[in-house]
Amino acid sequence: MKPLTHPSQLAGWKARLLEERPAWRKTIVVSNGTCGRASGSLGIIEALGRELDRRGLKETVGLEITGCHGFCELEPNVVILPEGIYYGRLKPEDVPAIIEKTILKDNVVETLAYADPKTGRRYVLRKDIPFFRKQMRLLTEDNLRIDPDRIEDYILADGYQALAKVLFDMTAEEVIREVDLAGLRGRGGAGFPTGKKWQFCRSESADRRYIICNADEGNPGTYMDRSILAANPHSVIEGMVIGAYAMGAAEGYVYVRMEAPQAVRQVTLARDQARQHGFLGKSILGSEFHFDIHIVEGAGAFVCGEETSLMSSIEGRRAVSRQRPPFPAQAGLWGKPTNINNVETWANVPLIIKRGAEWYSQIGTSRSKGTKIFSLVGKIRHGGQVEVPMGITLREVIYDIGGGIKDGQKFKAVQTGGPAGGFLPAEFLDLAIDYDNLVQAGSTMGSGGMIVLDETTCMVDMARHYMHFTQEESCGKCVPCRVGTKQMHDILVGITRGEGKEEDLTRLEELGDSIRVASLCGLGQGAPNPVLSTLRHFRQEYVEHIQHKRCAAGVCKDLAPSSGEEAGPAGRRVKKNRHD
Amino acid sequence: MTTAELDVLLRGFGHERKDLTRILHKVQAAYGYIPAPAIRRVAEHLNTTANEVYGVLTFYKAFRLEPRGRHVITACQGTSCHVRGGADVFAEMKKELGIEPGGTTADRMFSLETVNCFGCCAIGPTVVVDSTYYSRVSVADVRSLIALYRKRK
Repeated sequence: MKPLTHPSQLAGWKARLLEERPAWRKTIVVSNGTCGRASGSLGIIEALGRELDRRGLKETVGLEITGCHGFCELEPNVVILPEGIYYGRLKPEDVPAIIEKTILKDNVVETLAYADPKTGRRYVLRKDIPFFRKQMRLLTEDNLRIDPDRIEDYILADGYQALAKVLFDMTAEEVIREVDLAGLRGRGGAGFPTGKKWQFCRSESADRRYIICNADEGNPGTYMDRSILAANPHSVIEGMVIGAYAMGAAEGYVYVRMEAPQAVRQVTLARDQARQHGFLGKSILGSEFHFDIHIVEGAGAFVCGEETSLMSSIEGRRAVSRQRPPFPAQAGLWGKPTNINNVETWANVPLIIKRGAEWYSQIGTSRSKGTKIFSLVGKIRHGGQVEVPMGITLREVIYDIGGGIKDGQKFKAVQTGGPAGGFLPAEFLDLAIDYDNLVQAGSTMGSGGMIVLDETTCMVDMARHYMHFTQEESCGKCVPCRVGTKQMHDILVGITRGEGKEEDLTRLEELGDSIRVASLCGLGQGAPNPVLSTLRHFRQEYVEHIQHKRCAAGVCKDLAPSSGEEAGPAGRRVKKNRHD
Repeated sequence: MTTAELDVLLRGFGHERKDLTRILHKVQAAYGYIPAPAIRRVAEHLNTTANEVYGVLTFYKAFRLEPRGRHVITACQGTSCHVRGGADVFAEMKKELGIEPGGTTADRMFSLETVNCFGCCAIGPTVVVDSTYYSRVSVADVRSLIALYRKRK
């Protein structure tokens, strides 16, 4: 197909696709994201193909392979349309029954329907399952309709229509105003108003401007960005082209972490298709606007999520951060004004343009608008990707959507915001989730990690775990971060080994304060947070470790698990501690 | 690895500094690691010094200066895997293979690596062997997983 050279051709293309769409009696949609594959979705796809072929159903029943559906815990899973029947935790041997009963006879295979672990009640339809009921899947619901290999599926889901509207009916200023009025804030963690950021970049006079999509999602326990890119990559590309038009940028970069190979593959393919069809390149859709995107694969450095390091990395250098100001909007990539937004932020842009700022700004709280995707993981019964409106409470997410704590254990805390975030104990469960509330409670939104912890988790060990991470990932440029995190880590290792001293806690707080204030970039500034936050809410646990050499959770192997037992002498260890 | 081979490989790339990481990814994909002569040749190609190239490649976790074993086992150290028993799985892996992360077994069969998060957090602990993902790995699974790949050679 030739590139589109006029916006009217977009509607024509969609109409043609609708006409050509095979009239399938039923469609089986298979979730085939990274988690799906890890759980065996490829085997299910193979079995479905074989069975449909064997029964001569290939002409009447569709088989759609899509990205992530969100309910990772129940992977591999399928949704059968048009009814919306949901079957999870499938094995290839379940396939004949699905074809026989559901596809041919319109009956439900009860044993494959989702059963609520608390009540035992079975839910046949996806929309009735508690995990989905309270979600608001504005960005992720299309995942069910889109084979990420096919740009046609995105066109059928009204893709690139927002771009056509922007290029031909709106000025750059109007686009920025729309994004600003919508109240969209950066989904990468800082929550800076996106419209303002775009305005800063646009206002700088320069012969060249760049935009960047930050897909170096490195916070352990978060994976919404890689899922968006793998499931619906065109939504991000469309958002970027709109942003480029608004800011007057001619080139853009998507910086993807290499640990997400499926995301790298899909966004590269989508970029190539967008070029082929005239959504990227010269004279986009026949307009006078030119813009192209380059894909850069990371090389395994967490610090690249920080914007100044990310830019160094794109330039082919060691990814070390630098002093701001000048901000990237003033002097970014190769010294030119540069705007960096996170994957989820970009994906929100077409939605805002299509449905309008007024509609968008009605979702959420007074200062945090729209939805947020969270990775609900850890000791949770129903782990997965959940998209919820801002303002929902932690309790609703953890208990109503997530089904509460796994294995009959008790809730202890939820960690939000990754290595720069904090821990929130039970007293915060009714907190309405938005940027400002989370910061006030001593944590952060971060990019959307939500790691649920139960009583078998040791908070000192968690603090050590995060400090080990940041210390390892520090770029080494500034002393507070490079040396300070090492000092904090060593103290924490000592405490988990039963070598803690009374003064350690004050020392941790002092070090934490100076690292927070004196570090060059967000990595260092946020590094002490998990320690300071556990000290604030779980100080007694530190005291237990230091004074009584006890770790009630039983995680620190050199200490006694409960008050009745004797702690082994710290010196008796024979093998090297696993925390090293 | 010959100079001619390297030249063929470099042909697809420009001479700008921004091409460096892409080139290094490519070299490593071809040889399994970054051989020392490649560092000098890449530096020439980009009109920079071997020292600069070495500085960049040792900054990133992705690049290696030594070849790895036939199979690469990567254990996720992410927070979700950690609280779901990933630390014990990792300890068992080290014990079973008799190597530390970054190391390779004497028979060059296995290398052990760690990663800070694979993003399969709801189904962890996650272990990736070569490019196959294994979810919900338990301590008891470790031995059979290794045996599976040992048999495959």
